[in-house]
Amino acid sequence: MLDKPNSTTSDIIKRCEELFTDLYFTRAREWKAEKPGRIVVGFMPYYAPRELVHAAGGLPLGIFGGGDQLEVIHGDAYYQSYICRIPRSTVELGVSGRLDFVDGMMFPSICDVIRNLSGMWKLMFPNKGARYIDLPHNFEDDLGGEFYVSELKETCHWLEGMSGKPITDDAIRASIAVFNENRRLIREVYELRAAQPWNVPSSELYLLLRAGMVIPVEEHNEMVRAYLEAARNQQRPIKDNSRVVVCGAFCEQPPLNLIKSIELAGCYIVDDDFILVTRWENSDVSLEGDPLTSLSRAYLHDSKSTPPKYEPDEAKKGLYLVDSVRKNRAEGVIFAMTSFCDPGLLERPMLQAVLKKHDIPQIAFKYAENSGQMQPIREQAGTFADSIKLWSGA
Amino acid sequence: MTVISRPKAKPADAIKDASMAKQKEMVNAHYDRLASARENGEKVAATFVPGNLNELLMCFDLVNNLPEVNAIQNGLRRQSGAFVMEAEKHGHSEDVCTYVKSDIGMMAKGNIGPNGKKLPDPDVLLLSYTGCFTFMKWFELLRKEYNCETIMFQTPYMADGKITKDMIAYMVKQLKQDVIPKLERVSGVKFDIDRLREYLKKSAKAEDDLVAVLQSAKNKPSPIDAYFGGIYYIGPIFGAFRGTDAAIDYYRFLREEVEERVRQGKGPVTPDGDMGKERYRLVVEGPPNYTNFRQFWKMFYDEGAVVVASSYTKVGGTYDFGFRHNPDEPLESLAEYCLNVYTNRNLPMRVDMLENYVNEYEADGLLINSIKSCNSFSAGQLLIMREVEKRTGKPAAFIETDLVDPRYFSAANVKNRLESYFQMVEQKRAGARAA
Ligand code: SF4
Ligand code: SF4
Repeated sequence: MLDKPNSTTSDIIKRCEELFTDLYFTRAREWKAEKPGRIVVGFMPYYAPRELVHAAGGLPLGIFGGGDQLEVIHGDAYYQSYICRIPRSTVELGVSGRLDFVDGMMFPSICDVIRNLSGMWKLMFPNKGARYIDLPHNFEDDLGGEFYVSELKETCHWLEGMSGKPITDDAIRASIAVFNENRRLIREVYELRAAQPWNVPSSELYLLLRAGMVIPVEEHNEMVRAYLEAARNQQRPIKDNSRVVVCGAFCEQPPLNLIKSIELAGCYIVDDDFILVTRWENSDVSLEGDPLTSLSRAYLHDSKSTPPKYEPDEAKKGLYLVDSVRKNRAEGVIFAMTSFCDPGLLERPMLQAVLKKHDIPQIAFKYAENSGQMQPIREQAGTFADSIKLWSGA
Repeated sequence: MTVISRPKAKPADAIKDASMAKQKEMVNAHYDRLASARENGEKVAATFVPGNLNELLMCFDLVNNLPEVNAIQNGLRRQSGAFVMEAEKHGHSEDVCTYVKSDIGMMAKGNIGPNGKKLPDPDVLLLSYTGCFTFMKWFELLRKEYNCETIMFQTPYMADGKITKDMIAYMVKQLKQDVIPKLERVSGVKFDIDRLREYLKKSAKAEDDLVAVLQSAKNKPSPIDAYFGGIYYIGPIFGAFRGTDAAIDYYRFLREEVEERVRQGKGPVTPDGDMGKERYRLVVEGPPNYTNFRQFWKMFYDEGAVVVASSYTKVGGTYDFGFRHNPDEPLESLAEYCLNVYTNRNLPMRVDMLENYVNEYEADGLLINSIKSCNSFSAGQLLIMREVEKRTGKPAAFIETDLVDPRYFSAANVKNRLESYFQMVEQKRAGARAA
């Protein structure tokens, strides 16, 4: 097994890369075939209550678009040119049969595009489940919290309909515990990268996170543990890079080459919003009391701020980014946002204003999951890295 | 999205019927009221058309200002283009909703309303988060400028095509615990539920007449155009007049006018007078283009094409399936109203609705005007088109424009598309006759 403690980071990342490029989701198919009655439930990026799928005896499977590897043949017939890429490549995955083993899909309420895709899924794949996860924008326990608990309950019923088995509170608590462990490990990877970015390249970190989207969480925990151990025991050359935070990649995925290009241009990414679901909650979700209430409380009071989420307190708007810069000793922020992404691009000017107020350097560009030409981005990021050094030297 | 009054700079030869003149007066009077709100000691609430809680705002003596309507007005007066560019100059992306940018550009240039007078800064932003994600970011952006109380009122999405008890409970509780206390605080007026009941009673009356007007398009010829004309008709009820006597009067008057046209066997009134012979009956999905509104409309009526039903006239409330504001359950009814607005309905519901319109209004087919700006409407429309075509056996077509960004209105392209579509309808008819 590659995920044993004596594996090297490159062994582990090689395995992650295989999983990343496998758009037939072989490991998830195998997992499902291993035991009768197992279900696989897809979810789109951002956030989904994966614990519930796990508690239903299922595998939550991250469907993160087709990246730059998938040729979109059918998907373009479903979307106008001015809509982002991820829904069309997701439709492509569905129409081309790559998701034929997936029993149901969860669509988080991140934007109108994903919201409408949930209805499209119902029409296009009437024999599969499609569930929209409506997230609260009111953060009071007895308002948004109550509503969210009711949404989670409905989600449990939906899952029970697919698995044919009831989901018990104990099963949910046990699943929360496994995901708490996963989030703890991922937070450790983030901390290690912020402390020694040369030892945890962000392209590796990204692949490690992506692997967690397509394999059982228990396997991923082993994998992340092994990676941490290997990364800690390895010493890679330190470069004179600038430290940056990347913001904007919360939904449609940046091409792997984009992350590599930022690094090659002389930047250490020390924080980012890649695959937020892996560390959505900032600390452990409580194992006490009603587990749905615990999930809801964690969502309301202890989860990440990100562009699609409402910030009820104007005074706090965007400060999470400033905090991240401070905490991770970053020298600037790179806004890498998806083209045609309303939540990201409408948020950007607000975040830019906050950074400006705090004298934090920034640049912005847009990408699509299938962007091929990285030269302009590399040049922009390179100039940014150089200018940061100049400013900090001044 | 939604709702217009008549464009200010209307060509002198535009023909209007009496209801249009009345509508214009109402909307102008409202803009004057807004402009003098400060002098008159009135407070102002900005809110959105879908999920517009006008009756509730009136309980607090708040005057309703709808930024989408302002954007539309600016589109019609051909000012939105400059505003959109102004917002882009300030760092707003070319990719996002142009309503937002038109509004922000207008603010940057002094916030002058359609009547040439400055619009007052709102005292409260009622963020009725209904049917469109962009609303949330829009008011987060405005909040930064106006520095006033912002109230989030979340409407759950009708993802499974039904309204559940939990959804209503969440919304009613938000109203009771959050929205109403905050409105009391901002306005200084104590909430009186009986006052709300009175307004809701009035809403329901006007809603009855609006539905009768919209459904008059089932006649042949249709006495109204339910898209271009329909936009005028929905103006008062989707805007600041729902719940008022003025709305009751207007819709009664409009209904009588339309019923008279039916008696006389007349088609719709267009800016060039009565439309000629009705040749095509269409259902339209999606908002219109406002920067070239009249030119766009003319492409239809010149060909004898009348829109008999449209989804856009349901963005501020869907009444034709029976919903009416209900004074006996005032808060529940406000919740249900919000849940029902068109863009809060899931895609299968939208398909069903359009399919029914094509059948019930005996239309020749479905035309989609896809708006570059608007993900809420546009994402999924190509599937909608294919589904409705498949289910009704009637041809469908797709055109692309923008709401208020003139850069995305290509008259030649739109005209070409429409002409080919009308030919398609003719062929289909010829095929049906031959069979
Ligand atoms: S990239 Fe942005 S607009 Fe596209 S689906 Fe994701 S959140 Fe929505
Ligand atoms: S995205 Fe569409 S529905 Fe939303 S504000 Fe813009 S035009 Fe209106």
